[in-house]
Amino acid sequence: MNIVEALRLAVNGLVANRLRSALTMLGILIGVGAVILLVAVGNGASAAVQAQIQALGSNLLIVFPSSARTGGVQGGFGSQQTLTFQDVQALNNQSAAPDVVAAIPISNSRGQVVFANQNWNTSVNGTTQAFPQVRNYTVGQGAFFTAEDVTAGRKVAVIGPTVAQNLFVNGEDPLGQSIKINRQLFRVIGVFDSKGAAAFGGNQDDLITVPITAAWAYLSGGRNKNVASIYVEAGSNTTAAKNEVTQVLLDQHKISDPAQADFSVNSQQDIAATASQATGILTILLGAIAAISLVVGGIGIMNIMLVTVTERTREIGIRKAIGARRRDILLQFLIESMFLSGLGGLLGILVGAGGAALLPKLVSALPTPVVSVPSVLLAFGVSVGIGLFFGIYPANRAAALNPIEALRYE
Amino acid sequence: MIVLEGVTKVYRMGSVEVHALRGINLQIAAGEFVAIMGSSGSGKTTLMNLIGCLDQPSSGRYLLDGIDVAELNDNQLAAIRNLKIGFVFQSFNLIPRSSALHNVEMPLIYAGSGDGRRERSLDALQAVGLADRARHQPTELSGGQQQRVAIARALVTDPAVLLADEPTGNLDSESSLEIMKLFAELHQQGRTIVLITHEPDIARFASRVVRVKDGLVQSDTLQAAYAQ
Ligand SMILES: Nc1ncnc2c1ncn2[C@@H]1O[C@H](COP(=O)(O)OP(=O)(O)OP(=O)(O)O)[C@@H](O)[C@H]1O
Ligand SMILES: [Mg+2]
Repeated sequence: MNIVEALRLAVNGLVANRLRSALTMLGILIGVGAVILLVAVGNGASAAVQAQIQALGSNLLIVFPSSARTGGVQGGFGSQQTLTFQDVQALNNQSAAPDVVAAIPISNSRGQVVFANQNWNTSVNGTTQAFPQVRNYTVGQGAFFTAEDVTAGRKVAVIGPTVAQNLFVNGEDPLGQSIKINRQLFRVIGVFDSKGAAAFGGNQDDLITVPITAAWAYLSGGRNKNVASIYVEAGSNTTAAKNEVTQVLLDQHKISDPAQADFSVNSQQDIAATASQATGILTILLGAIAAISLVVGGIGIMNIMLVTVTERTREIGIRKAIGARRRDILLQFLIESMFLSGLGGLLGILVGAGGAALLPKLVSALPTPVVSVPSVLLAFGVSVGIGLFFGIYPANRAAALNPIEALRYE
Repeated sequence: MIVLEGVTKVYRMGSVEVHALRGINLQIAAGEFVAIMGSSGSGKTTLMNLIGCLDQPSSGRYLLDGIDVAELNDNQLAAIRNLKIGFVFQSFNLIPRSSALHNVEMPLIYAGSGDGRRERSLDALQAVGLADRARHQPTELSGGQQQRVAIARALVTDPAVLLADEPTGNLDSESSLEIMKLFAELHQQGRTIVLITHEPDIARFASRVVRVKDGLVQSDTLQAAYAQ
């Protein structure tokens, strides 16, 4: 008996029990669909995070404060504000750090912005005049604030296009307008060009920048001169720049042992690696949860195949009596279970991919799921494999039946 | 050529042993039409299953065309059941939810013969007068028709030996007569036929009658004037 015949027999067997076949398939369908969808969500998150990191630019270094080790006691991440404005100035010293193009401090917080009767909540960043250069922003209308504005601590602001749209709803010219940031009046002197929406929920156009000195004086109540992070634009040699930044900051902080550093210098690659590790774990976790339902579906197939074999014992006896060999019977039931799981898997792929396409429309905050071809192939292969694995035992039982006993079975 | 030498069959059910056959000696030459008779429980079906290679004797030898069946493996036995022997069961034993045609095709499918399968199956159905019922499911056929489909299935591979276990047991006398005429015809064509029956009316179609009692051959008579 050839494969085509075996397939025909198997399909006949399945069609004869339509409802049961459909329900069994549903188990695999849900399992495969869940794997495809959840892995796609994981991949989507990972792709979005990577895209955002990529958007930072490959020559960007970010310095974060990290837990300072004092007397063997380690504080939590960012538990101490160890970065200062002097650090930034030291990094901008060409002789100490020749591979650093520019360094800027960022002191950021959420702020309530008011113009006329319009309100908007956005990210307010205290920084210096080199911000557009380091962060790849261009100012479309007006101009960015100058070094002099920073020194003098002037209450001027450059706003992102999203902020402009939400404050100046009547089409007023933003330039020269006074807006209130946390009840303090600032004058708008520039509007950034749009950088487009960032992939992962964030919006790079939704921000305000002010001189860091003004932020300290008016927005944080003059209490501390906090520098949350330092962004460094490196020259062509990122590695050299990273070493220089580390050395300069160690000197600044009077730390001799680099292992005791109270800051961390991260290149785009470092951040990308950490992020992809985290999102990779997320993807694996989601996939594993879905895989459990696939196993449950497989057990469903085995269950139904055992019932089928028992139910059709007499039929198996007849087939053997008229010349079916062991492998003919084995093949018939194996193909039946593989056909069930394979078709269930194919439908599951359609459902999973369809769900992945539909999900962003239902939950807008979610990053666009990315259905990966390997996950589709794997899911299909695994589902056929499940049919094979869970079908072997029942099929073997059928094939091993003694024809006389099978014929006597009621 | 069927040769049974001192064949016994013992069924064990727990500690109880049932001696279904106690030493059968029997030779059936090619082209014979043998009727096996005997009371219920005498071992007729057991004997038939052995001849049909569905089962193996507990002791003694069974030679089919000179080959000791005990020495054949599973696949070889399946091939014999498929090609050499046509089996008609007492209880029809058609495959449910499959058309008459598909049932008749089944032995050819297992034989792996693709060419002309459809035609050969239709011919076999034609031979039993059921060409117009090819697409019917077993449940849509009368008892006599189902039995004729079973006969067509036994005939389709053109086997040398036809074994029938009470093929008319479930049929009315008119259908029985039709079926027996069919067997007589097949016998005329040169096939070896072994048929189990309780009814003398049926046995008179055979050229030889073997009576079995308590697992032994009780009598073995040739019928010169069998019905044709
Ligand atoms: N699988 C089995 N297990 C145990 N005993 C069996 C089995 N098959 C048959 N027997 C016993 O063997 C004996 C012969 O049975 P068999 O079926 O050959 O009788 P038979 O002559 O065909 O009877 P009938 O005319 O009623 O069909 C009976 O006593 C029966 O109980
Ligand atoms: Mg019987």
